[in-house]
Amino acid sequence: MTVIAVLVTSLLALGAGLALIRVVRGPSVLDRIVATDVLLAVIVMAIAAEAAFSRDATGLPILVVLSILGFTGAVSVARFTSAASAASAPRGRR
Amino acid sequence: MSGVLDVVAAACLVVGALLSLSAGVALLRFPDLLSRMHAATKPQVLGLLLVLLGCGLRLRDIVDVTTLILVAVFGMATAPVAAHMVGRAGYRAGMARSDLLVTDELATADERP
Amino acid sequence: MSPARGRWRDRAIAALGLTAIWVLLWGSFTPLTMVGGALVAVVVLTVFPLPAVTYAGRIHPLGVLRFAGRFAKDLVVASVQVSSLAFRFGHVPRSAVIAVPLKVPSDLGLTLTAEAVSLVPGSLIVEADRERGVLYVHVLGVRDAAGADRFRRDVLDLERRIVQAFGSPAERRAIKEPPT
Repeated sequence: MTVIAVLVTSLLALGAGLALIRVVRGPSVLDRIVATDVLLAVIVMAIAAEAAFSRDATGLPILVVLSILGFTGAVSVARFTSAASAASAPRGRR
Repeated sequence: MSGVLDVVAAACLVVGALLSLSAGVALLRFPDLLSRMHAATKPQVLGLLLVLLGCGLRLRDIVDVTTLILVAVFGMATAPVAAHMVGRAGYRAGMARSDLLVTDELATADERP
Repeated sequence: MSPARGRWRDRAIAALGLTAIWVLLWGSFTPLTMVGGALVAVVVLTVFPLPAVTYAGRIHPLGVLRFAGRFAKDLVVASVQVSSLAFRFGHVPRSAVIAVPLKVPSDLGLTLTAEAVSLVPGSLIVEADRERGVLYVHVLGVRDAAGADRFRRDVLDLERRIVQAFGSPAERRAIKEPPT
């Protein structure tokens, strides 16, 4: 199981790292929000994987809270981002 | 029996983690916002379900399994809401690159009375 | 069924759902959690009344099973497809925005179809026209007009499976008539 744990952890970390690059590069607010959502999904998966490997359910309530509230960030940003400010990002660098 | 369950759980966890890696790659490679959002759906739905399944197969406790079912249900109920809000805002801001679209039936529908 | 009775039925279904969530959160099926959950559900529904979403349908177990099985298959196939697109370096995927006029434009059918379409990777609801019952879907990896038509048919098939699983008798009849 240790080999699997190392494999899963490194895959998740790699995915999170790539998503983080997209958060930094943008170019628009909405791109960052999408990347942050992926980051959150990876975090949820990491907590669940940790619970699976250690057979310890301490982290599960965190998952419930994240799964209920995790989408509010994206919704509120999308709702209150005006079309102008979303499009004002430089369109050349993608 | 428990050995078999552990192997299945490990397979679920590895595939879920692979999906999150491919989402990271797609997030960097895909050309515009809406294509990237498709990549984001993967770890949020199938990846999450697989990892939760693997977790449930390892924990095998009724209390924990019900919590995991709730996480799966909430995740699947909320992810489309966020995706729709972001996608709509992005489309209205003109962030779907029209040179990559084969057809755009929403643009032509807007012109109709 | 009279409107008032339908209203009470909707409330009873909502209360049942909330109680189920409460019991699942506690993770133990004791009388205490069930009664407590029912009390909390009644309080929540009284203090925060839901807008009237009338559900006239009946749940058909066979239809639900067929829908769930096909949904799981779509989920896996689409995830593999989008993943393989991600790892095909040097290829820029093209996409399309496709209008799908639904056959049975009820609120619940529209919502469930939109949710199912969004959950599958590779398709995303950009806009939903509630009055006309039209979904505008952004699809990844469409090459030409034939691909767009194929996808439109897939969404309509999905809608048919959903109506056959959750729809009312009138909706089920309406969806059967024109064979596509």
